[in-house]
Amino acid sequence: MIKDIHNWLFSIMPEGVASITEMVLIATAYLILFAVAGLYLVYLERKVAAWFQLRLGPNRVGPFGLFQTMADALKLVSKELTSTDRIDKFLYNLAPYFVIITSLTALAVFPFSKQLQAFDINIGLFFLIAVSSIGVIGILLGGWSSNNKYALIGAMRSGVQTISYELSVGLSLLTMVLLTGSLQLSEIIEIQRTGGWLILQGHVPAVIAFMIFMIAGTAETNRAPFDLVEAESELGAGFHTEYSGMKFAYFFLAEFINMFIIASIAVVVFFGGWLSPFGITEGITWFPEVLWFLIKVLIIIFLMMWFRWTFPRLRVDQLLTLEWKYLLPINLVNIVFMAIIIWLNWTI
Amino acid sequence: MSYFSEIYNGIKTLLTGMSVTGHYFVRARKGALTQQYPDNRDTLKMFDRFRGEVIMPHDDVNEHRCTGCQKCEIACPNGTIEIIWDRGIDEVTGKKKKKIDKHIYHLAMCTMCGLCIEACPTDAIVWAQNYENSVYDRTQLTKILNQPGSKVKAGIED
Repeated sequence: MIKDIHNWLFSIMPEGVASITEMVLIATAYLILFAVAGLYLVYLERKVAAWFQLRLGPNRVGPFGLFQTMADALKLVSKELTSTDRIDKFLYNLAPYFVIITSLTALAVFPFSKQLQAFDINIGLFFLIAVSSIGVIGILLGGWSSNNKYALIGAMRSGVQTISYELSVGLSLLTMVLLTGSLQLSEIIEIQRTGGWLILQGHVPAVIAFMIFMIAGTAETNRAPFDLVEAESELGAGFHTEYSGMKFAYFFLAEFINMFIIASIAVVVFFGGWLSPFGITEGITWFPEVLWFLIKVLIIIFLMMWFRWTFPRLRVDQLLTLEWKYLLPINLVNIVFMAIIIWLNWTI
Repeated sequence: MSYFSEIYNGIKTLLTGMSVTGHYFVRARKGALTQQYPDNRDTLKMFDRFRGEVIMPHDDVNEHRCTGCQKCEIACPNGTIEIIWDRGIDEVTGKKKKKIDKHIYHLAMCTMCGLCIEACPTDAIVWAQNYENSVYDRTQLTKILNQPGSKVKAGIED
């Protein structure tokens, strides 16, 4: 079907216009798909949080409360966009777009299945790390331009946190790149088709890298236990204290899409992407491989939610101690171990 | 060496915490604490120590346990309880004896501190477990706890 649309577009338009139209179509599809997916992640978060706390969660709007987040989104869209006195208007309005656009851009490179990948570049993993760290600029701008001390403190904390933990994310992924020898995401998955998932291929260093990636990834998305950026009890709502309506919704949605991105990176790099476990659906051609991808992503997201509703929030100094005294040294040693394993050719 | 044991302890305690919340997660569907209130109005039972309002229980022959000692009135920090009392002739001894005419309780003022119930020497007043106390007219919140024509149970004062 996609092929038909492609041919039809190229038949009615000149080549340049057709490819731009195609890009716009794909971008719109992704935008709508992930806006809705983000809303349902919010629903999932609320439901899972409720179950962790022996509550019921949203259950009034629609069956099992399924339309609750839809209703919330409609409410946010219809709300007035307020702002405080003496804000930096331009930056204030720009900040939410920085955050949401970076997280949507990062989605483009993920191979959801063998065919379903918008943009397969050979530096995929590098692109992901680079793009996902732009998001913090949006947070900093938002905090700075709000003319609010809580927002500013939240934004500064976010800067500290992201700059520190970016290192751990990068290095733990680098450990796995040593094993794959490629940064292209589709290539990384192809390697796992023959040799088993990378978390198994890489022996102990891969497991350690996965643990470090999960910790640092949770910190990257500013989620509890690393949510001191928006620590409600101290800072109101942190950097987005002064935002309302749709702009607030952008920040909110971006947080959940970022969670999806971190989980997707973990799935691609450690758990074989859209490959089925032990190749059980290898021969079945009609089976949608994207389902495996989503199942794995949801498991990782559940793990992150489990973290969130179990662990208490870290203090700023504890946050930095964890990164610079524990994660970073372990990570560096881990890379050396991984290099030795590959040098001695211990791979399965 | 303590560096590694700290990491080990850290991971161990985190996993302990996760196992606790994990248990909650698994059991949440059955043991949810949330009451779906307006829906389960008929079956909802409040727990024993719930403080709904102060009541004075009466038995079958319309007798309560209040001697009119006014200790609850004195104990009450904001004058929620007012007792209008009288003297009557005791049938058994023939002496004059204090008895309550009206035990007035202003639910609108009550802070549910429970000092009156602790002060009561004869357990004449207790907490009720009702929870739907809102009314449209606030005069309805001034309640007379002793029922009309009731009298104190014999032998309470001994």
